[in-house]
Amino acid sequence: MLNPEHVKKTVAALQEKFPETVQEVSEFRGETTVTVAKAAIAEVCRFLRDDAALDYNVLTDLAAVDYSPEEPRFAVSYILFSMSKAARLRLKVLVPEEDPEVPTVTPVYINADWYEREAWDMMGIKFAGHPDLRRLLMPADWEGHPHRKDYPLGYEEVQFSFNWREIDAKKPYAKE
Amino acid sequence: MGLEQKLGNMGVVTMTLEQAVNWGRTNAMWPMLFGLACCAMEMIAAQSSNYDVSRFGMELMRASPRQSDLMIVAGRVTRKMAPVLRRLYDQMPDPKWVVAMGDCASSGGIFNNYAIVQGVDEVVPVDVYVSGCPPRPENLIYGIMKLHEKVRQEKITKWK
Repeated sequence: MLNPEHVKKTVAALQEKFPETVQEVSEFRGETTVTVAKAAIAEVCRFLRDDAALDYNVLTDLAAVDYSPEEPRFAVSYILFSMSKAARLRLKVLVPEEDPEVPTVTPVYINADWYEREAWDMMGIKFAGHPDLRRLLMPADWEGHPHRKDYPLGYEEVQFSFNWREIDAKKPYAKE
Repeated sequence: MGLEQKLGNMGVVTMTLEQAVNWGRTNAMWPMLFGLACCAMEMIAAQSSNYDVSRFGMELMRASPRQSDLMIVAGRVTRKMAPVLRRLYDQMPDPKWVVAMGDCASSGGIFNNYAIVQGVDEVVPVDVYVSGCPPRPENLIYGIMKLHEKVRQEKITKWK
């Protein structure tokens, strides 16, 4: 059983400790999301992890979202979990398109390493201070970030009987 | 075994070198142990006792490309995997053949997107395409039979 009381306590503690940083608190179907200022995300995570009363010791997931055409376009959400208190909290950071850079949380949660690499690979969000920000899933020489909404989805027209020859002529068949 | 009837009373069989070598190639064609996605499950089933592809001389899947002459591309090939696939193909000794197993390997299948190679024939030359998603083991074995037919008709001048 999850513990909604602990989440309420956490939100209150965050608002008290970071009055400037906490921009918005929203709740949807029992899930609480705290939007925090971009520059302070590592600091907030460190507070949530190290405060013995809060004790968010697990980063369950980190994901980037493309809200295009809204402004700011991107968001990065951090799903934290407290083993001892059985509470989940989502932190959200809004990222503008012209400067898609967020401070890394790898010094706080070591498993953020590959999550951040994935977010960089698929969504093109840079994580300042990340120890090794390479592509994770796509080939190293790939251009573009495929999970962005403006990235072309398919790349080959479907072959039917009426356009089979036309597409076949363009296909780069391997020779030996 | 049928051989006795051909032997006659002389104890001699005559055939062309071409036929003899092609017969040898079809009956000892070792596939590479190389599965990429769900089609690999059907490939494994084809290998196991119910379907038993070793009836056709494919006794075992070789885990090394250097010991195999048939590459069964079983599953979808991503753009990241394509150079690896080509490298494995290049490491196989001649003569070598490729079976594109399943829709994904043949044409990209349902994955018409940026990440999947739209037909493995863009990377390696394919001899037989097996349709199905995934093809049943019988279907794969039928494809291999078709490949055997093709190999039996190879000409001595085209050998590698």
